[in-house]
Amino acid sequence: MTAASGFPFEFAYMQRALVAGTAVGIFAPMIGIFLVQKRLSLIGDGIGHVAFAGVGAGLLLNVWPVWSALAFAVVGALGVDWLRARRRVAGDVALALFFYSGIALGVVFVSLGGGLNANILTYLFGQPLTVMRSEIRVIVGLGAAITITMWVFRRALFAVVTDEDWSRAAGLPVDALNATLAVLTACAVVAAMRIVGILLVAAMMVLPVASAQLIARSFRGTLAWAVCIGVVSVVAGLWAAWIWSLAPSGAIVLAAALIFTICSIVKRAAPRSLRQEEHA
Amino acid sequence: MAASRPDPSTGRSTGPSPGEVVLEAHGIRFGYDRQVVLEDVSLRVRAGEFVALVGPNGSGKSTLLRILLGAIRPDAGTVGIFGEDPGRFVERWRVGYVPQRPNIASEVPATVEEIVTSGRLARRGWWRGLSASDRSAVGHAIESVGLTELASRPVTTLSGGQQQRAFIARAFASEPDLLVLDEPVAGVDAESQRRFSDSLTHLIREHEAGVLLVSHELSAVAGAVDRVIVLKGRVLFDGSPDELVRGGVSLGVHREDLPLWLEGLR
Repeated sequence: MTAASGFPFEFAYMQRALVAGTAVGIFAPMIGIFLVQKRLSLIGDGIGHVAFAGVGAGLLLNVWPVWSALAFAVVGALGVDWLRARRRVAGDVALALFFYSGIALGVVFVSLGGGLNANILTYLFGQPLTVMRSEIRVIVGLGAAITITMWVFRRALFAVVTDEDWSRAAGLPVDALNATLAVLTACAVVAAMRIVGILLVAAMMVLPVASAQLIARSFRGTLAWAVCIGVVSVVAGLWAAWIWSLAPSGAIVLAAALIFTICSIVKRAAPRSLRQEEHA
Repeated sequence: MAASRPDPSTGRSTGPSPGEVVLEAHGIRFGYDRQVVLEDVSLRVRAGEFVALVGPNGSGKSTLLRILLGAIRPDAGTVGIFGEDPGRFVERWRVGYVPQRPNIASEVPATVEEIVTSGRLARRGWWRGLSASDRSAVGHAIESVGLTELASRPVTTLSGGQQQRAFIARAFASEPDLLVLDEPVAGVDAESQRRFSDSLTHLIREHEAGVLLVSHELSAVAGAVDRVIVLKGRVLFDGSPDELVRGGVSLGVHREDLPLWLEGLR
């Protein structure tokens, strides 16, 4: 492993990676905080696997895989939400059903299309350094739509994910808001898959939130910290990948995991008096 | 029945007229399989009235509450919330509901203020931003349950009684015209019970709201209750606390108090 020197973001491909990655660092935790509160932290993983089927279908049918992945992911997310809401099957079983069906369908489509190739691996594991301008437009466009929608709906979504029974009794449109969250999650998975990969996309939704909830004392504070940690993880991961020639997607997620570890240690090392006050 | 006045800022009604019937049930019958739980139950709650629904365990209180709120349909009889069938009632924000044990997610910390603010959404319109008057209503609701100093604390770090006060404040935040509470002070400390009683009295006096409190322990609100309904499958008593006391039952915590009397009904 050779170490590079200099400022990494003076190169055009690193700048493109930074722009797309920063967008992911902002919108992924914004979705993730609601999924974590709803105890659906792994749903991003499940939808990612359905999106993989969409990528396979796109390559097979010669359609841009981003659009086919988006179609599959949205249908999959709404399907999981529908099954969960009607309690036809338990939440984790519903997730497993889509999880395994999605990946199996993806494998079948990929084999029909001639087997694994570098293009597919790019979607599975992510590769921000080769992201093109057209892809940046999609990532930033979807990210902006997700961010704006989440901001407008944040209070209602907070009420629903925190106390669904009460929200229903109060007359909030719980089913519509849950469906909106499912569709936005699907959009976030597809928008982020080119940067961190289908296999790691859920990590960028969950890890920054997991770190933030250790240091924040409110939902709003957790959201702000999670977005900051998401962006810092992207910048630090890209920088580390540049210095040590690492896979950028893995480096980004490892940076997020390292921040979580640091937050945990700091939280444990905090003066006992502070922790006691918090739980008084 | 006089119509409610519209709020110019939201286009929604501001409150019931004095004496307006806010909740009504007539001839309710309900059973599971062949077991009759409720038989010919009728009750009425008017604006500005504090009604306590009491009964021993298994008397059908919770089932009746679910029917009144529209969660289940009765086998026979009718229910009216502000004169409308619960299934067709749109202005749900006019009904504040405090469940016995709120099932609140706590993976991410949520403060008292954030929880109470969510109570304002249904009235304001969930898609709208909060106005200064909305924030004032939220602050007022928190103040009314004595949690102002704890407003920025995560709810899960509070005691059981303080948490319950936060959920009561969430119901208050929508300034409901009808407040339905399901054993809200069960296991709650004396300070929280006193605050709770003061808050209910305030809601009734200031907003002319109707209150239906389901409980078997009324000592905390004994002075505020206008009418007591005793349920045991059917309505055994419907009258003022004075009439109940004249029958030898006290709402307080004396030897012949209400919980003991209700236990004797089982």
